[in-house]
This record gives sequence, C-alpha cells and structure tokens, in this order.
Amino acid sequence: MCCEGEFVSITAAILGLHSRIIQAQFGDTSVTWILNVLFYVVFIVFIFYGQRLQTYVMIREVEGSLYKLKYIKEEGRKITIETIKEIGKPQTDPTVRVDRFLEYFTISPQSLDPAGIVWKLEHILDVRDTRFKDEVKFMAPSADETQANNLENTLEAAMALNFIYKVIRHFYLLGKKTLSLYVIMQIQMILPMIMKEAEAYASALKAFAYGQPIGDGAGALVAAKLMHGLETRKIAKDCVVASVPFEGRTAFVIKAEGPGGNVGKPGDAVKAVIDENEGKIAMVVMIDAALKLEGEGLGELAEGVGAAIGGPGVDQYKIEDAILKYHIPVNAIVIKEDIGDAVSPLRKEVFDSIDGVIERIKAVVLERTKEGDKIVIAGVGNSIGIGQ
Amino acid sequence: MTETQASGPTPRISSSVIIAVFLALALSFVALIYALSILDQDYETASIFLIMGFVGVALSTYVLFQTRRRLSKLKMVPAPVTTTIECKKCGFKNVREFQRGDYIFKEGEPCQKCNEKMLITAIYREVKEKEKEKISF
Repeated sequence: MCCEGEFVSITAAILGLHSRIIQAQFGDTSVTWILNVLFYVVFIVFIFYGQRLQTYVMIREVEGSLYKLKYIKEEGRKITIETIKEIGKPQTDPTVRVDRFLEYFTISPQSLDPAGIVWKLEHILDVRDTRFKDEVKFMAPSADETQANNLENTLEAAMALNFIYKVIRHFYLLGKKTLSLYVIMQIQMILPMIMKEAEAYASALKAFAYGQPIGDGAGALVAAKLMHGLETRKIAKDCVVASVPFEGRTAFVIKAEGPGGNVGKPGDAVKAVIDENEGKIAMVVMIDAALKLEGEGLGELAEGVGAAIGGPGVDQYKIEDAILKYHIPVNAIVIKEDIGDAVSPLRKEVFDSIDGVIERIKAVVLERTKEGDKIVIAGVGNSIGIGQ
Repeated sequence: MTETQASGPTPRISSSVIIAVFLALALSFVALIYALSILDQDYETASIFLIMGFVGVALSTYVLFQTRRRLSKLKMVPAPVTTTIECKKCGFKNVREFQRGDYIFKEGEPCQKCNEKMLITAIYREVKEKEKEKISF
C-alpha cells in the first residue's frame, strides 16, 4: 500500500511538472491543451499497454529474423538439391527424398540409469551414420566415397538450418498466439546467437557442397602436415595413422581420412594404437579447434592437458579410458576459432597458425619425453578438403 | 563461403502500404510548409502543424527505411576461397581461385617451369576485417 501511494504521488508530480513546462513554452492556449491531452493519453496507454506494446515490438523483431532464417533455410535446401543433382546424377528427382531427410531425428538414449550409456549412444550414432550414408547412396548413386561424405555433411548442415528455422517459428507463433511477453522474450534474448549459428551453418553448407576445408579441420590439417609423404594405414573407422619420425621419437599421427568430410572415430584410433604398442606410449598429444571467447584472437593457440575433442563425448570417453589403463599423460593444443569460423571455409589466420602448432608439439615432446619414446599425436576435426 | 548478410526474402510489402506511407510523407511536408508560411500570423495553428509535420515525417521515413533495409539485403555473398599450388622441385607458386575437387596435398597440374607435378599446399579464405573498435582490455 505504501508503494502504491508513492507511485501515485510520483505520477502526479511528473504530470504536474509536464503541464508547467508546456504552459511555460506555449502559454495558456489551445496548443497547451492539445499537448497536455496527448501526453496524458500516451502516459495512460503506456501504463496499461506498455507490456503489450513491448511484446509486439519483440514479435516484430523475431519475425524479421524468421524471414531471414526462412531464406537461409530455403537457399540451403536449394544448394543441397542442386549439388546432389550435379554430383550424384540421380535417375529421379531427389527433392522428395531430401525433404524427408531434412526431417530426420535422432533420439538419444535414456539416462535414468546412466551405466553403459556411452555404448548405447555410440550404437545410436553408428546407426544414424549408416542410415545417412545409405540415404546419400540412394540420392546420389554416381558419387564416389569422398563426394558421398561431402554430400552427407551438406545434408546435415541443411538439416540443422531446417531445425533452427522450425524452433524459432514455433516460439514466434506461440508468442503471437498467447501474446505473452515471456514466451517471446526467451527467444528474442538468444536470437543474436541463434542467427550467428544459422549463418555459420549456411557458410558450412556451401563449403561442404564444394569440398572446401573448414575451420574445424585445423587439427586434421596439423596431422596431415606431419604425415604427408609417409605411408598411412587405416586404424579405425574413417581414421588413418602414420608412423612419423619426430625429434628422435616415433610419433603415431592420427587423423580422419580425407579429403572427404569425415571426423572418423579418433577414440577407437587412439585406443587401437595404444593397444598395438601394449601401452608403451610416453605421451598422447591432441590437437583440435576450440571455441574462442570474444576478445581472443582468431587462430590463437592455447595449451593444456586432457582429451581435446568435441562431439557427443563417446570418443573422449574412449580416449580417457585407454590412457587411464596405462597411465599415459595426455596434452592438448587448441586453435581458437568462433563457431562461424569453425564451420565455414578455413580462414587464413587459422591456416597460418598451423606451423605454430607444430612448433608447440615439438616443444611439449622435447620437454616431456625421452629420445626413442613412442608418442601419439591425434589431429581431431573434420578432414573435408584435407588429404594426407 | 557465404557471408550471409542476407536479410532474407522480406515479407511482401503491399503496394497500398507503400502508397499510404508516401502519401503520409507528402502530407507531412505540406503541413510543415504550411506551418512555416503562417508562423508569423498565427503562431498557435503553426505550432500544431509543425508538430504534426515533424511526427509524420519521422514516422513515414522510419517505415520506409525499415522496408528498404530489408529489400536491399537479399543476397548471400560468397567469400572468395583461394588455392595455393606449389612445385616442390623449383619452388614455383601459383595462387588461383578454388575449384571443385581441390584439396590440400592433392597432386595437381604440371609445373609451368619444370613440368613436375605440383602440390596443393593451401586452401583458405581471406577476410578483410573492418577496422576494429579499439578496446583497452
């Protein structure tokens, strides 16, 4: 009650002050009268309908972004279909199949009883991968393995754009239907980040369609530079390894098999190398792209410990499990990028930082291992556009 | 690849809305001119017309700018990606636009100088950053 009284007196004071200002400017005329009435009307409207007006402004803002998202999504779909037609040379029009693919979903395993969830998740992801690969084969029968991998990545980017568009549309329509400030506000507040992500996927889509290396492949590029010209062999699904003489040590350099769009299974690859050498590995060094914070430079390097690998966590689990068994130290070097740079064509700054990463690996290896030791260097990331 | 400055296909703005906006703009200008012409004789009426004119001009230009801003940004501009090809024997370097099928460490076309097979050593895009705001931290 006390607050209500204060509010009323403050309002009265403001209105009184306003009347005096208007009167001082225009004198006691009909202009004063009109302006006063206008001011009171606006004031009262804002008291009762302020929130509603704010909701309308927010709905309009989300609507603008939704149009933009729709455009990006449609462009993505168009590029995907055109690429499939161009590369895959299908007998029938792939449009219907592509549209069906864009609606695919994956249900993650139940985590009420978390024991063994990693293996369940891995199985689901394997099934998803096989399903996607089969779909691509149906859509683009003439595509070779590299092209099929790139097409799969293109479709996944189009799928992500479709999903983002649908979620934003859902909140927009819900907000419009309920006219609730809080429904629309929750999407309006995170909209700049969502738009940034959508634009990143749009860039990724083109890069995948053309088979260009992307920022996420920085780790794979480091590994490719180290193993280039040496014999490679397949070590795990979509992963290759090369034995590289490195500063008097033997380095087993691992990367996803390129130049098709692949991330492979680095977890299985690291585990296989460790098992092959019966755990006699002095150190594991992992290289990956990492999300940078605002203010950090693109291509900046940072060093630390732990398994530097993103994704759903299956590979990280496997690497941690394998190194724990033999108590192998794991070091990590990351290349800082933002989400847009990670999924769009490789930036010059990131490319230029690759030699710096190799120097860092040398320093870590020289400081922490002895001559004749065996080490594992895993370059994590999508190997699209990167051979070996 | 694409710098999506795209504002997307804007909602279709009906021509009647555009006509109404232009009409409001024209009327606002008329109100302003009229207000200025009678300012010396009738200060009271001139003030009303001045307020009406300014509010009308402000609102209609705002609506017009909103419409134009959306219509002008409709395309997805691709960022150029370059491929660097090097001859490992004589060191000859060639930088060209990316072509489909290029990948890093792909053996490509023969060297123009020594006829050895050249190697793609780099594929990247260069982005000219806008002059950054100076931040002291």
